[in-house]
Amino acid sequence: MIKTGIRRLLLLAVTLLLVTVLAFVAFSIIPGDPTDSILGMNATEEQIAVLRSQLGLDLPLWQRYWNWLSGFLTGDLGTSYNFDMPVATLLSSRIVPTLTLAGMSFVLILVISVPLGVLSARYAGGRLDKALTVLTHLNMSVPGFVMGIAVVYLFGLVLKWFRPGGYVSPEEGLGAYLRFMLFPSLAVALPKSAMTVKMLRSSILSELHADYVRTARAKGNPPGATLWRHVLRNAMLPVVTFLATIMAELLAGSIVVEQVFSIPGLGQMLVSSIGNRDYPVVQAIIVLVGFAVVVCNFLADSVYHLLDPRLKGR
Amino acid sequence: MLLNVEDLSVVFHDVQTPLPAVKDVSFCLEDGEILGIVGESGSGKSTVAHAIMGLLDPGSSQVTGRAIFGGTDLLALTPEALRRYQGKEISIIFQDPMTSLNPTMTVGAQVEETLRIHTGMSRAERKRRALEAMTLAELDEPERLYRCYPHQLSGGMRQRVMIASALASRPRLLIADEPTTALDVTIQAELLRTLGEINRREGVSILFISHDLGVIRRLCRRVIVMQGGQIVEQGDAEAVFTHPQEDYTRQIIASRPTRRKRRGGNADGG
Amino acid sequence: MKKRSWYFTCGMGLTAFMLLYIVVGFFWTPCDPTALSSADKLAAPSAAHIFGCDHLGRDVFSRTLAGAGTTLVIALAVVAVGFVFGLIIGALCGYYGGVLDSVVMRLCDAITAFPSILLAMVVIAITGAGTYNVIAALGVLFIPSFARLTRGEFIKYRERDFVKAAKLAHVSDLRILFVHILPNTWPVLLSGLTIGFNNAVLSEASMSFLGIGVGPSEASLGRMLSEGQSVLLSAPWCTFFPALVIILLVLGVGLLGEAARERIG
Repeated sequence: MIKTGIRRLLLLAVTLLLVTVLAFVAFSIIPGDPTDSILGMNATEEQIAVLRSQLGLDLPLWQRYWNWLSGFLTGDLGTSYNFDMPVATLLSSRIVPTLTLAGMSFVLILVISVPLGVLSARYAGGRLDKALTVLTHLNMSVPGFVMGIAVVYLFGLVLKWFRPGGYVSPEEGLGAYLRFMLFPSLAVALPKSAMTVKMLRSSILSELHADYVRTARAKGNPPGATLWRHVLRNAMLPVVTFLATIMAELLAGSIVVEQVFSIPGLGQMLVSSIGNRDYPVVQAIIVLVGFAVVVCNFLADSVYHLLDPRLKGR
Repeated sequence: MLLNVEDLSVVFHDVQTPLPAVKDVSFCLEDGEILGIVGESGSGKSTVAHAIMGLLDPGSSQVTGRAIFGGTDLLALTPEALRRYQGKEISIIFQDPMTSLNPTMTVGAQVEETLRIHTGMSRAERKRRALEAMTLAELDEPERLYRCYPHQLSGGMRQRVMIASALASRPRLLIADEPTTALDVTIQAELLRTLGEINRREGVSILFISHDLGVIRRLCRRVIVMQGGQIVEQGDAEAVFTHPQEDYTRQIIASRPTRRKRRGGNADGG
Repeated sequence: MKKRSWYFTCGMGLTAFMLLYIVVGFFWTPCDPTALSSADKLAAPSAAHIFGCDHLGRDVFSRTLAGAGTTLVIALAVVAVGFVFGLIIGALCGYYGGVLDSVVMRLCDAITAFPSILLAMVVIAITGAGTYNVIAALGVLFIPSFARLTRGEFIKYRERDFVKAAKLAHVSDLRILFVHILPNTWPVLLSGLTIGFNNAVLSEASMSFLGIGVGPSEASLGRMLSEGQSVLLSAPWCTFFPALVIILLVLGVGLLGEAARERIG
């Protein structure tokens, strides 16, 4: 148990390191010199040489990687070309909305899809199930940002439950912040919930034929108890893996949907930095997202091991 | 008399043409008796058991007749009313112990589940009774097994866990649906001895279903032989075995393998 | 095989309709999709402009026709790039296994750890926007998922008797890979293709929406949606119709994928 835990942690560290290498190498092979975008085209050779050694660009690749990595691990994410301030400062306030969005949509996915998946499976073939199946397929075909626009239109403009573009920062009021974030979270969560419902439904239906379900019924369990106590835990196993894989897409979805709701998060920063070729910012965001995804996958794997006793000690 | 089955018929609808699986089966089971039902696969013997237990899917099957258990016709009960009998008055153990237990629940939770459903016992009382039932099923170290998961146990042990969970609520009838078929021959013999012992000590009646007349002869005094959904012969197990009246019964005796092939591991798990 | 499923019928019908819509758009649009007309600014749907006009007076119907064409071409190219390379890599890794397999699969793991659209955005950040860059970026990023899918299938079949028999008969490895094994994997690969296609459509639309997709001269559904957002209340048709085109295209192909998965069982 401890041995496998250590091995999994080691694997986690290796993957994280690989993420940093990929992110570093990708930005090292960019044609052109960052000095061009900082100093402009009219800089003298001398100015360029000074800046290059300031930025450490005259060092060999591995040494630059090492400097960058050690800086990264101590919280120094580099300096933005565009804003001329530390990337860490620039991003620290922007991380919160993005993480809130991804986290809230994850919770929403669970809240929406577990009951619907169970209902759909319990009344499989019935009218409710058919309606849910149609809805699920429609839902899966809607891109996150279109769902965002639909949410803005329906809840913002028609029902006026929130003010589109009226982002409230958590410092201004936590309640109002969470209330506002609920709507973009819904836009991120709905398409993914549809997939989760479908997944859970088929997982439950295949479990229902298992012998242990017959045992549970023979013990006098009512249908509801059989489903919730016996089937769901087994049926959730493949769904947990699925949820881990969509963590990456949730973050990506949040980044796109932020744009629809004008939320000052990582997504907005990323899009504007790409436009400005502000590479240190882009690089830092990529590494942070990569870390988040890898860690989420690790956590999901751990949960999977907790849920399935057969995997304990393996 | 504990159970009186009269004119039990079952028709399956989920195939193209309605398929009669059981036709006008009548038999009775005395208090404390072990009754055997023998027949080839497809003879309807398991269907009889599942019909009495109310385990057939009402959407794809139609059950007619009566199954009077302690004065109540089980077949006339609503599903809700029947649940008060399932796992409380009547328990069932199935053929394949590898798949009949829930892989994500501890042995203890599964053994005491009927108590949780049917009685108001406290957690501690339930555990005490569960350990008792596990001892009755001749499981060694019940305290340790209580916290184990099914995959850590061998096939024979899992079937004993099934027996323990069937006995926990002190049922009056235990239906054993081919409980030894999936097990090794030696394990099979020990399990049969345990079932006989439980019958003597607890007085629980057993309806024992098997395709193997030899197994039934060892355990039961009375036997019913089924073919094509009907009873073709019944009587004293020893007599039926030594002087079969029907060709079919003779075939069953003749087809009895001397050594059963091992099915499902019993030394795996970990 | 039982009768054609509901998924297949609906998916086929919808996909055929959308393809027809797009192909028509290649040759004919009722108006010039880029023609500005200040008189028709935000005109509501009418006989002249059945989907209405946008904030610059351009005909929304013509623009969805052209934009869907761009989207289709990009998605097909992306899937082609991802599929061909993914197939080759996956087949070799799955069939031969060994060190190469482990290394390539770890690399795939690392790449798939990132959301594909995010990586595509990074590639665009480095190479600049434009149709070919979008195709290259998304195509390369789709390779790992196809490779993984193909690898799984080839592993499944490499131990089968018919493969062993072919080996004993000294059939060349290449022939075993692509003549003996490949045809068996089609149902699974096909369902993977539909998922890939839909991901490509959604990614392209999202990138164009964010303004880092195809060049500004190309018609694009994503950009239409982004522009329509500012006039969402006064002219919802600017948003509704391009959204509908994306949704129907994805829905049709998604249902076909569902039909393929149903056949696999």
